[in-house]
Amino acid sequence: MSATWIAVGQIGIVVLVLAAAHKPLGDHLFRTMTATKHLRVERLGYRAMRVDPDAEQRWSTYLLSVLGFSLASVLVLFGLARLQDKLPLDIGMSPMDPAGSWNAAVSFVTNTNWQWFSGEAAAGHLLQMAGFAVQNFLSAAVGIAVVSALARGVSRSGTDGRVGNFWADLVRSTVRVLLPLAFVVAVVLVAGGVIQNLHAHTEITTLAGQTQSVLGGPVASQEAIKELGTNGGGFFNANSAHPFENPTPWTNALEVVLLLVIPFSMPRMFGQMVGDRRQGWSILAAMSTLWIAAVGLLTWAEMAGPGLVPTAAGGAMEGKEVRFGEAASALFAASTTMTSTGAVNSMHDSLTAQGGGVALVGMLLGEVSPGGVGSGLYGMVVLIVVAVFLAGLMVGRTPEYLGKKIGQREITLVALAVLTMPAVVLIGSAIAVVTPAGLAGQLQGGPHGLTEIVYAFASAGNNNGSAFGGLTSGTPFYNTLLGLAMLVGRFVPIALVLALAGRFASQKRVPEGAGTLPTHTPLFVGLLVTVTLVVVGLTFVPVLSLGPVVESLS
Amino acid sequence: MSTLVKPPAVQPHVVEAAPTTLSVRQLAAAVPGALRGLDPRALWDSPVMFVVEVGAAFTTVLAVAAPSAFAWSITVWLWLTVVFATLAESVAEGRGKAQAASLRATQRETTARKVVGGDDTVQVASSTLAVGDVVIVVAGETIPGDGDVIEGVASVDESAITGESAPVIRESGGDRSAVTGGTVVLSDRIVVRITAPAGHTFVDRMIALVEGSERQKTPNEVALNVLLTSLTIVFLLAVVTLQPFAVYSGAPQTLVVLVALLVCLIPTTIDALLSAIGIAGMDRLVRRNVLAMSGRAVEAAGDVDVLLLDKTGTITLGNRQAADLLPAAGVDAEALADAAQLSSMADETPEGRSVLVLVKERFALRERHDLVGAELVPFAARTRMSGVDLPAPGGHPTRIVRKGAAAAVTQWVRSTGGHAGDDVAATVDAISASGGTPLVVAEQLGDEPARVLGVIHLKDVVKDGMRERFDALRAMGIRTVMVTGDNPLTARAIGAEAGVDDVLAEATPEDKLALIRREQEGGRLVAMAGDGTNDAPALAQADVGVAMNTGTTAAKEAGNMVDLDSNPTKLLEIVEIGKQLLITRGALTTFSVANDVAKYFAILPAMFVVAFPQLGVLNVMHLTSPESAILSAVVFNALVIVGLLPLALRGVRYRPSSASALLRRNLLVYGLGGVIAPFVGIKLIDLIVTALGIS
Repeated sequence: MSATWIAVGQIGIVVLVLAAAHKPLGDHLFRTMTATKHLRVERLGYRAMRVDPDAEQRWSTYLLSVLGFSLASVLVLFGLARLQDKLPLDIGMSPMDPAGSWNAAVSFVTNTNWQWFSGEAAAGHLLQMAGFAVQNFLSAAVGIAVVSALARGVSRSGTDGRVGNFWADLVRSTVRVLLPLAFVVAVVLVAGGVIQNLHAHTEITTLAGQTQSVLGGPVASQEAIKELGTNGGGFFNANSAHPFENPTPWTNALEVVLLLVIPFSMPRMFGQMVGDRRQGWSILAAMSTLWIAAVGLLTWAEMAGPGLVPTAAGGAMEGKEVRFGEAASALFAASTTMTSTGAVNSMHDSLTAQGGGVALVGMLLGEVSPGGVGSGLYGMVVLIVVAVFLAGLMVGRTPEYLGKKIGQREITLVALAVLTMPAVVLIGSAIAVVTPAGLAGQLQGGPHGLTEIVYAFASAGNNNGSAFGGLTSGTPFYNTLLGLAMLVGRFVPIALVLALAGRFASQKRVPEGAGTLPTHTPLFVGLLVTVTLVVVGLTFVPVLSLGPVVESLS
Repeated sequence: MSTLVKPPAVQPHVVEAAPTTLSVRQLAAAVPGALRGLDPRALWDSPVMFVVEVGAAFTTVLAVAAPSAFAWSITVWLWLTVVFATLAESVAEGRGKAQAASLRATQRETTARKVVGGDDTVQVASSTLAVGDVVIVVAGETIPGDGDVIEGVASVDESAITGESAPVIRESGGDRSAVTGGTVVLSDRIVVRITAPAGHTFVDRMIALVEGSERQKTPNEVALNVLLTSLTIVFLLAVVTLQPFAVYSGAPQTLVVLVALLVCLIPTTIDALLSAIGIAGMDRLVRRNVLAMSGRAVEAAGDVDVLLLDKTGTITLGNRQAADLLPAAGVDAEALADAAQLSSMADETPEGRSVLVLVKERFALRERHDLVGAELVPFAARTRMSGVDLPAPGGHPTRIVRKGAAAAVTQWVRSTGGHAGDDVAATVDAISASGGTPLVVAEQLGDEPARVLGVIHLKDVVKDGMRERFDALRAMGIRTVMVTGDNPLTARAIGAEAGVDDVLAEATPEDKLALIRREQEGGRLVAMAGDGTNDAPALAQADVGVAMNTGTTAAKEAGNMVDLDSNPTKLLEIVEIGKQLLITRGALTTFSVANDVAKYFAILPAMFVVAFPQLGVLNVMHLTSPESAILSAVVFNALVIVGLLPLALRGVRYRPSSASALLRRNLLVYGLGGVIAPFVGIKLIDLIVTALGIS
């Protein structure tokens, strides 16, 4: 019984901290993204980039800025990975192969942080710090920028589609939100025992008398933004199961909070930006409902799930870090897959069939509950538009959301955005299961092997980055295909969301009346949750039934 | 006028409630149209059905190549699915066909007497008339085309169009100058200038509308189609990629089964019924004698935020009516009633007649036949009074009774040396302040000074049930604005009584236009009704402009709907029909998508239970065999189209209420119902399929 109480207690603490933090953080995000003044350090940045931060961009220009910036980021990262042996602080690492470099570059720029490599065996300190860590900040900032543009589009009316300035959004969210937060968190993590140095490998003698090579590095600084930016790329291969990244149960709880805190604060920012806080509340409610449900299910599956071994052992301990136990692992697993973080403190391949299924579905929901930094919210808004469209017809009016009519153009953009991820995941997985190169990576065949492959594409297509494990993905086949999946899964929805923002910004606002479908009521929240589940359910049920469903019924 | 001929035997088109069930005959009549609809080019517009047809063709090939009872059963039911869809549209169209036929009867080729300079006329075929031609039409002749009367006045039988058998007056100038081609002049002679070329007349448009041949997809329909298409693509993806996964899992599927799964998942139900819903919506309007010039206008009606309603004739009965009798101090109520009745004997105005009605109701005063020698004094502009002078029977003094505007009567009383009491003045002021019109009644006996007997309270009488309707509109989020030429005081008083949200007093056509523009600036959609030429700009500006059929050509062309009954209150029904149209689409879409849950439970275990026996527990409906399960799902999917067709034609039940209440109800009925219904339906079909031994 006490294990249950510990599980409930942990969840309770996380929920309480998030409840306390989301308002001030959301308000701070709102102030940041609507500020009119620039800090001196920001001005320097703008001057260096030769941009005018006060020039409003049309959605198309905004999009080109996002794409241009991201392309440049991919090139820089690709260069760093290819040339790392010729650059300082390489600590003896060899350069990555072209397919691997491409995968790594796309992975970190798209906020996915899928790692086909082991950090400690493939990435030198410069690549970690100047490459990965920088992208951990910037890719998260891009998410905040895009969702801010969407919120501006909703709140404006009758413009020619102007939605803000990408460069200002990028710089501000980095300088005023991510950097200060990450700094504080890094210090706290160091205090909690996470390491922070520039050591290379150190030879130590273990208690058993053998020697072991232990890698040091700037872990705490990277760990902070890894969680805060819903990135998830670990300094070490073991990720948050490694004692240098996640030493104690309380740093574990802290890390769970960190990866949830910005996504859960986004609705508050959105509500303020569109001038109706209730809208933020309803989005928060829908996100929380799905997250709590996933945490509950996964915890149940790991602690009391059916199966001979877990029942005998009192829980499914295989692949779990004993320092944390299965409850903390379940909480972490549910949170990391539902936030597009992808950091892990246990091996998801070892989750029970049901638990692994929940983690997989958590990603397949499209990373909206609460999803990645920024991306979770704009993904949710896309689903809201779908829900509003159905519901709007049922109340006898042309559907509208926050005074913006959902006509042919809007629904086309939204439909394509909803289509993108399933297309990426299904097509990618289908290719993998029928090609020798794809099947070669499997650890196991059968339903579990299918889950391994689908999980990989779900993780890439949703920019989550967590690995089920088992699958050997460091092959040119997977590096190329998963890289494509990450790229499409990230930037196609961004393009469509920005186009939607532009449409909204140019529309007139329809005043709210008694005939308007309210989008802040529990009824609508229920509808939104249902639509989210139904959209994913109907798309993925066939393949899930051959993977986790078959497995859990065995 | 007394020599009116009975209207010729043109069948007035039927105005009736939409039938709620489909007759076998209706279905049979629609079959040829349904089969024509199978042409892939015709189906291209509805992507979902196109996919089904391609799938059906595909399984036909497969069934021929490798015949089996299962493959053929699936094939037949897939084809039936497509046929049911085209049948639905054909049935909906068929309902307009009868009306179109009776309208066509009015379009017989006639000869027209065309004026060619001066008094000369030539006989020409009506089909050769061009815009601007002038024709002469006399009693007994059919008007050869749409036009305006430029000379003369005539009674015209318009029953062919309006269904109303009483003839109407058409005259040059003013707001009753428009005539419609195909209607018949019953008396007198008119000169008409043609305003529409042959083939583009009002009746032509009506025919096209009721037949649905000019139907274009409305904005919301297009948007819904986008959603349905994307759902189809999602399911296409899911099914096409399922085969690799199935092959991997060692359970490859036959193509027939995959096609069956695809057809069951894509939103066939709503797509099959989509055009039927649209056509039926227009049809419901036509049945209420409203012609919408486009589906877009009907849809806009559902979105309306502000209704502009003329006071007179819409909110109030046409004229002011006597509502109360207020005796002066010391005067008996009966005496006032008696005098009021006497003074109104000569008053032929509706107001005067309403006084007679009032005294009859209140005081049981019958019409008088004892007024021998009485001299009726009709209303004269100079005196602004009407009344009666009674002779003096048996030496009694002469009795003079007068009724009129307060100032006029008071002046008359003074001129005889009498005076009106303060209480009367107070009553008069009170009535004026309340927006009513006071009429003062006075009498003079012999040479005595006249005395005031009391005041008749005339007021606008608000039609029954208006307040309830406005309350309902408010619940729907629609604001009503009453437009009137009255002064603000009167306007507000009547507005308050009727329960409108706002009034526009002393309104000129420009004010109306400005008000519409102002509301639209704020993002609101405005609907209004009007008939006069000076209403035309406002009708054109409004998002929904309902022109009265009695109105001018200018008004009818400016609006996007015409009400053949010329009843402005119809606006309220139009809004409800517009909403019902959207709700029906939304409800059936939700139903269609919700159905997929049960279909998965039927088909997925059936597909994979051989390879993975543990999936048998998902067969919650305990369907007999994999084949019977898949076939039952396909059969259910086809039959549900026919089952829901009456609902699509009738429209889902709509009661004005708030958006939240509507959503809750419709989600419960069509969302939850859509989840549960197929579980029951598929199980029943499976029992039948098993009993018949088909698979």
